[in-house]
Amino acid sequence: MDTNQYLEMFIEESKEHLQACNEHLLELEKNPENIAIVNEVFRSAHTLKGMSATMGYEDIANLTHKMENVLDEIRNSRLHVTAELLDVVFVAVDQLEEMVLDIAAGGKGKLDVTDTVQKLHKIETGEEIPVAATTIEPAVINEVAQDNWLSYDDYELTVIEQSVEQDFYTYEISVKLREDCLLKAARVYMVFELLEKMGDVIKSSPSVEKLEAEDFDEIFYVALVTNEPLEDVQKKLMKVSEVTEVLVKSVTLEQLKKRNNFELNNVEETPVIENAAVPVEQQQQTEEVKSAEKSTSSKNNQAQSSKTIRVNIERLDILMNLFEELVIDRGRLQSISEDLHNSELDETVERMSRITGDLQNIILNMRMVPVETVFNRFPRMVRQLARDLNKKINLEVVGAETELDRTVIDEIGDPLVHLIRNSLDHGVESPEIRLANGKPEEGTVVLRAYHSGNHVFIEIEDDGAGINREKVLKKAISKGIVSNEVAQTLNDKQVAELILSSGFSTADVISDVSGRGVGLDVVKTTIESLGGTIDISSTEGKGSLFSIQLPLTLSIISVMLVELGEEIYAIPLSSIIETAIIRSSDILNAHNQKVIDFRGKVVPLVFLENVFDVPRESSDDEFHSVVLVRKGDKMAGLVVDSFIGQQEIVLKSLGAYLSSVFAISGATILGNGKVALIVDCNALIS
Amino acid sequence: MIEAVDLQNLKVVVFQLADKEYVIPVSQVQGIEKLIYITRVPKTPSFVKGVINLRGVVTPIIDLKNRFGLGESELSDSTRIIIITLDDMDVGVIVDSANDVLDIPVDSIEPQPEVVGGMEQDFIAGVVKIDSRLLILLHLNHVLNPIKSGV
Repeated sequence: MDTNQYLEMFIEESKEHLQACNEHLLELEKNPENIAIVNEVFRSAHTLKGMSATMGYEDIANLTHKMENVLDEIRNSRLHVTAELLDVVFVAVDQLEEMVLDIAAGGKGKLDVTDTVQKLHKIETGEEIPVAATTIEPAVINEVAQDNWLSYDDYELTVIEQSVEQDFYTYEISVKLREDCLLKAARVYMVFELLEKMGDVIKSSPSVEKLEAEDFDEIFYVALVTNEPLEDVQKKLMKVSEVTEVLVKSVTLEQLKKRNNFELNNVEETPVIENAAVPVEQQQQTEEVKSAEKSTSSKNNQAQSSKTIRVNIERLDILMNLFEELVIDRGRLQSISEDLHNSELDETVERMSRITGDLQNIILNMRMVPVETVFNRFPRMVRQLARDLNKKINLEVVGAETELDRTVIDEIGDPLVHLIRNSLDHGVESPEIRLANGKPEEGTVVLRAYHSGNHVFIEIEDDGAGINREKVLKKAISKGIVSNEVAQTLNDKQVAELILSSGFSTADVISDVSGRGVGLDVVKTTIESLGGTIDISSTEGKGSLFSIQLPLTLSIISVMLVELGEEIYAIPLSSIIETAIIRSSDILNAHNQKVIDFRGKVVPLVFLENVFDVPRESSDDEFHSVVLVRKGDKMAGLVVDSFIGQQEIVLKSLGAYLSSVFAISGATILGNGKVALIVDCNALIS
Repeated sequence: MIEAVDLQNLKVVVFQLADKEYVIPVSQVQGIEKLIYITRVPKTPSFVKGVINLRGVVTPIIDLKNRFGLGESELSDSTRIIIITLDDMDVGVIVDSANDVLDIPVDSIEPQPEVVGGMEQDFIAGVVKIDSRLLILLHLNHVLNPIKSGV
């Protein structure tokens, strides 16, 4: 079978499943008793197994299979979750990831996994479980674990009851297909066709949809109501090719009822293998599913399958541009309808406005991805690193829902990995030193993301040792990064920034974690290539804060539209503290700088008409409209002619030709089709 | 198939600017637009007129006449904006009128005569004489050098 065309999909989906595994395993570590989480991991592993087997990656299939066995043991409460067990499972997940990446890089996805497989096998058989003595097919476990193949609801029981009254038999049938069966769905269809001829199929496990989607192992179960003798049913089914085993047993109504009562008492003991038919792709959806899982502790919380398709970003861009056209025409229609005063037209235009508004949200959201997609791999990494370094570290993630353009998301992962490693390795001290310094034994690393202005900030803050000025300077001088004379003149911030220079590594011992020669300079370069900046502030003994500022290449932002002469400018709402009207007499002079006293603070005024050379005669109004903006803890008052109002706008770049214009961060298209420029408040506050 | 033709002829757009006729290869022209509202961008050289909304894409506009040091364009009904694509960069240029598409034989392109002089010299890649018309082939890479202003 030519599987090349599916390769990309396989890689993407495998990555998603591995990510899901990682997340859930971490969760499991915190709540070892929660079987629902095990089910989640099991489901991901199971799907991965199926996919990799189909694609012919035996090592992956083999390893996932073993992992699945262990998980199954946990699920059936035969094994308990321990840190050691999770370690092995994590290693397995890591190796799976490695193989998937290898495949993505064009490799064969081969890796020597025998060691891990053996470990898993040991775990699996380590406990005294008689059934787990040899390699176990999950289905066999199912069989052993449950003598009862199927469970019935009231309606199905009624059907059976009625058929018994009419002298029909009820059989439970297990059908096993050959392991290498290629067209499972076709075989299922043939089996069902036969069964339908003989009687009525009232139940199947997995469900018919799953069977059609080939979403099961070799065995499936059906309940049949028929008047044919038991042996005939079995013989007929065996005639279907690639069916290796058919077990038929007759059941009575009493048995079933008894079983049902039993199951009601032991809900957890009937594991239902259920796989999302199509892996949930979008993060938002995963998020939904996750929250849904958290809110319901019942057993019916399996991930709802939702169908997704992958779309080229370019197409989304085209869609977006076309949509913009539509918005502009909407604006025109609105003004036309205002002039005409035709109520029918008004209504239609209003309706159209609402629909396009919804449409706009959908289109914009399609391109935006929460940073969570990057952040969610860090808890796992921090756990591992903390164990490797014998440190106790608690990672807090704040603002994972902050949305960033997909293109930025794709690039930001590696720099963050570097920075977090750096914080863990060089920042947070070992538990002994921390205790000696009167700090809590467990170090805290906070990973934070938020929108501010036209930027997204990602911060990594630790409560570790901070940056040692002397040590950094000594190193920088010895590496020839700064001269001795210059070194003495540097302030603390400048010293901190030295660690971003190339060829710098302060760890006394080159560690496996962050001292590999490629240092933080790579981080700096990457971030700058994305049009961002990185800023370090550090207090010795208290900790460090790495702050990355990234531009939003495309985003909706809220702005305040202001008028300057004939021109309209947009000021990002996130920079604005408040607006005010001031009298000319309130303006004070301090060193050629006009300032106002605003709530007890001296705030410099920036006359935007001067900054932007607005062509018009200067007016001497008594009152001035001022927008108070901030950058960090600094403030400024932007003087404008008048406020127009608040609006949601789409941020657009000025194009490559005008790559950097002073105090303008981008442009947007207004409802009337004209372009308005967006003021970059950061540039106006020095 | 038609490579032979391509080698011999260059398809160009002809536009007028201060009584002279200039040409740019059709392959670099994305479209010709009528004049629409231009938003001024402050702190840019005077030949940058601003930006327009070109079907949802914010496109910078430069005044070629000003760029060549020939004074400001006077905007009229025949004024056109030629949208040029160069290295993934879209720029619109204001011209007095754009009225023709021609095939010019490649071997008829001559280097510019040295007597031309003036500021526009740097921007000229060659000249073509067809009948009595003198067409000036522009050196777009020089004309559309990205602007970096600000601090």
